[in-house]
Amino acid sequence: MSAYPETVAEIATALAKGEFSSVEITRHFLQKIAAHDGRLNSYITVCEEHALTQAAAADTLLQGKVAGPLTGVPYAHKDIFCTKGIKTSCGSRMLDNFIAPYSATVSERLDAASMVLLGKTNMDEFAMGSSNETSYFGPVINPWREETVPGGSSGGSATAVAARLAPCATGTDTGGSIRQPSALCGISGLKPTYGRVSRFGLIAFASSLDQAGPMATTAEDLALMLNVMAGFDKKDSTSIDRPTEDYTRTLNDPINGLRVGIPQQYFSSELDADVAAPIRTAISELEKMGATCIDLDLKHMHLSIPAYYVISSAECSSNLSRYDGVRFGHRCSEPRNLDDLYCRSRSEGFGAETQRRILIGTYALSSGYYDAYYRKAQKIRRLIRDEFQNAFANIDAILGPTSPSAAFEIGQKLDDPITMYLSDIYTTAVNLAGLPAVSIPAGFAEGLPVGMQLIGNYFAEAKLLQIAHQYQSTTDWHRLSPPMQSGVD
Amino acid sequence: MEWEAVIGLEIHAQLATASKIFSATSTAYGAEPNTQASAVDLGLPGVLPVLNEKVVEMAVLFGLAVGAKIANSSIFARKNYFYPDLPKGYQISQYDEPIVTGGCIEIQLQNGKLKIINLTRAHLEEDAGKSVHEGFDSSTGIDLNRAGTPLLEIVSEPQMHSAAEAVLYMRAMRRLVRYLEICDGNMQEGSLRCDANVSVRKTGDLTLGTRTEIKNLNSFRFVEHAIQFEIDRQIEIIESGGNVKQETMLYDADRQETRAMRSKEDAHDYRYFSDPDLLPIKITDDYIRTTAAALPELPVQKRKRFVEEFKLTPQDADVLCEDRAVASYFEAAAGESMGNARLCANWITGELFAAINASNLHIAASPIAPKALGILVSRIADDTISGKIAKQIFEEMWKTGLQPDELIVEKGLQQVTDDSVISDLVDKVLKDNPDQIGQYRAGKSKIFGFLVGQVMKLSNGKANPKQVNDILKKRLNSEIN
Amino acid sequence: MVISDKEVKDIAQLARLELNEQDLAAIGFGLRQILEFVQQMDAVDTTNIEPLAHPLELDAHRRSDEVLETNLRDTYQRVAPRVENALYLVPKVVE
Repeated sequence: MSAYPETVAEIATALAKGEFSSVEITRHFLQKIAAHDGRLNSYITVCEEHALTQAAAADTLLQGKVAGPLTGVPYAHKDIFCTKGIKTSCGSRMLDNFIAPYSATVSERLDAASMVLLGKTNMDEFAMGSSNETSYFGPVINPWREETVPGGSSGGSATAVAARLAPCATGTDTGGSIRQPSALCGISGLKPTYGRVSRFGLIAFASSLDQAGPMATTAEDLALMLNVMAGFDKKDSTSIDRPTEDYTRTLNDPINGLRVGIPQQYFSSELDADVAAPIRTAISELEKMGATCIDLDLKHMHLSIPAYYVISSAECSSNLSRYDGVRFGHRCSEPRNLDDLYCRSRSEGFGAETQRRILIGTYALSSGYYDAYYRKAQKIRRLIRDEFQNAFANIDAILGPTSPSAAFEIGQKLDDPITMYLSDIYTTAVNLAGLPAVSIPAGFAEGLPVGMQLIGNYFAEAKLLQIAHQYQSTTDWHRLSPPMQSGVD
Repeated sequence: MEWEAVIGLEIHAQLATASKIFSATSTAYGAEPNTQASAVDLGLPGVLPVLNEKVVEMAVLFGLAVGAKIANSSIFARKNYFYPDLPKGYQISQYDEPIVTGGCIEIQLQNGKLKIINLTRAHLEEDAGKSVHEGFDSSTGIDLNRAGTPLLEIVSEPQMHSAAEAVLYMRAMRRLVRYLEICDGNMQEGSLRCDANVSVRKTGDLTLGTRTEIKNLNSFRFVEHAIQFEIDRQIEIIESGGNVKQETMLYDADRQETRAMRSKEDAHDYRYFSDPDLLPIKITDDYIRTTAAALPELPVQKRKRFVEEFKLTPQDADVLCEDRAVASYFEAAAGESMGNARLCANWITGELFAAINASNLHIAASPIAPKALGILVSRIADDTISGKIAKQIFEEMWKTGLQPDELIVEKGLQQVTDDSVISDLVDKVLKDNPDQIGQYRAGKSKIFGFLVGQVMKLSNGKANPKQVNDILKKRLNSEIN
Repeated sequence: MVISDKEVKDIAQLARLELNEQDLAAIGFGLRQILEFVQQMDAVDTTNIEPLAHPLELDAHRRSDEVLETNLRDTYQRVAPRVENALYLVPKVVE
């Protein structure tokens, strides 16, 4: 049993009360990282010195009683966010040598809140993946079972939080990359409405789908993090100029009368029976709390995967053209000519999955194929968006499993891209429509965590977190953490 | 002439904003390499573009000035290709839904006739950086200061049929964008450049021949030479039985010829798609109306008005309307000149231009204010001073900034117009030059000029030359008789 | 949609990725699989549907025309692989 509290809320309260200092709790997490992360590989860079400096500064604020709500609370930061003066690799050899010369807006907001950066977490290369096996820095291990994947692309953040190597973390979600690893690792993760959190400094994968969000053990913690991360950013043209709110304000409101839609398409043959069971139990739980569950028919949901893959690959093929060995990043040695510089630098710098997606994307946009692939995918996108909008006319939230299966074995799906892509079957439609969604622990399937996903209408983050918080008030799944090997705990 | 050339121009006008189109970096010319290249301009991982509102305003102003349709919603698209001066590996431009469609501009041909050139469209895009080859053996250096500078690409229909016409069109466009103050038109600095699409066909043929594109022409001379060279080259190829290849060309100014670019083109597959980092540019009808209120009188209208209102010759009107500041100067001067607009025009295009060119000034910095010039002109017209004396006064005005009337009085330069006074002067000169009278009567009419000169000299240049002429003539003829 | 080896090579060239003969087979196979997979989209008739580029129909904000960036050349060039005389170097480009 840990001497220190585990949640962000508890740590923040304790810091404010002076029960311990930020330096102390930061040291605590750094020690845990040192003890366990060699095995788990959830961090690419641990920022020991930087963290302790920040913690000391936070302590000054805490002592002076001029602290903010999360002052001094440590966090892990997905290595996709630029952090000035600190290596930002995006899980790729291409940026292995990249010390970011500026900070992402999200990074700046966390700094401004005086939170403490423990380190940059591991991730699928350029955020492309659902298992964290494509990282140049090696796969991340699911702390619940060593032979399994934590999910991806925010696998490092998920593992770090699940293994209690950080009380919270940041992630990004393009097709499920916050929610799916949260589900596989038994933690909570939120993808906000598209445009709610700034993308400036978030290394782009698919611009019209990417969104940054918090990962933690409780819905309350997600709300506290979102309060720091969310907000209009004039440096991001797709950022929404709409006031944020206090996402903790309505957490404790009861949910009776809540109308929850359950898409019949979710409970198909793709869904593991072991995963379906805890979800059905969760549905009953919500009904006990006064929610009404309604059947939904979302006919086009299955098309979200092909549409997602075409759109995200197309956008990424263009977004990744800037990696050419000229101004930053990996450059091949002794290029013979310009073509050689480009081809070799890129082929050496990018891993197989990244190259595959660039090729798909290039193909989908190329003349002759643009209409059949890219344009078609965008039309499907409208169908899916409209279908969700119709559903939300009568319901408050949509419920279902986050992932069709629990954590799978490392290497199991890596050579079979289609099977890997199908892991995102419940999540990608949400990104296509730009809606907010949260994944929270809902039980276990043969000893591995199962996550439940709640999807809300635009800007309904507070409502989603309220539902999640209420569910977490009567269940314990979110409190469970995997047994760690001996060492500092 | 059995051959007809068909030419279309794509003019790139650098918009005269303080900051770049998608980043808040300076666009000032001549900075040290890479000192005006921010994270966004460099295409660093994670950066995003944000549109400069002034660029939209300028594009709308242009659209209004050429009578084009302005899109209420237009889209930025990515044009994907790899080149070292293109940091992101794509250029943000417009493809399917440009901000301006259609429009036209009037050009005045050499024979005075007017021709309308239609525009296909005009769209916004960002400029690329620059390649530097000097000083490197086996490398090329890249300067990204220019990357992200806003460009308005103006595309004409292929309606020009000679190199000369193409130049006239480009001149007219340059004048227009300067009038609108959306571009300074400084071609040496690269503010205005064009790509020329050239093809030839037999006169009367309706189908278009294969065209080549000559890129990056940044002077009127180059535009003319390059296009002419290309026309001749294509005709020669076809006449000797060959086919013109569709190629992208460069103009080699040293050799004065066009040649095909050496870089392998990716069959132009730019894979355009709408830029997901930017949202559609929304322009309301209200916005268009407000911007229209800021339209100045355009060069073509102004030129017509100058001819009608001030009775100027088309050539004079042309010269005065080339630069909006000059045109304003003229109108202010003409207003003070007691209806002597044409004389004003002469003085501006003559003395004033000479003076400002010699001092390397812009007309706005002229030490002689337009009203003062107008007054000077009116004093010539009302015979207070002669044209010759006026030149002296002009120089004084330039040096001292004093008003013409002050100087006339101060220096006692009023013209002598009293007939009796002039008669006395004439009499004196005739008396002093009896031989010349004889020579004149013997038929040497040039002597007349000599005698006039003597009278002018005697009067210190102040005698009214016309009156001197008349009176001298009368005297000489009367003496004959 | 059958994608030939030549097409795969062309796409790789467009994307400036080097593919050796061994890669070609594996990549080609993977691409074909994925392309076949995404063809599911054809099952739905979308003739009268407009493409959707952004899920939220937002109004872009524009910035005022101000110069806010300062010269940070040293900072940015610190991460550059090859710089000489403040210029980014690439192998000689002949036009």
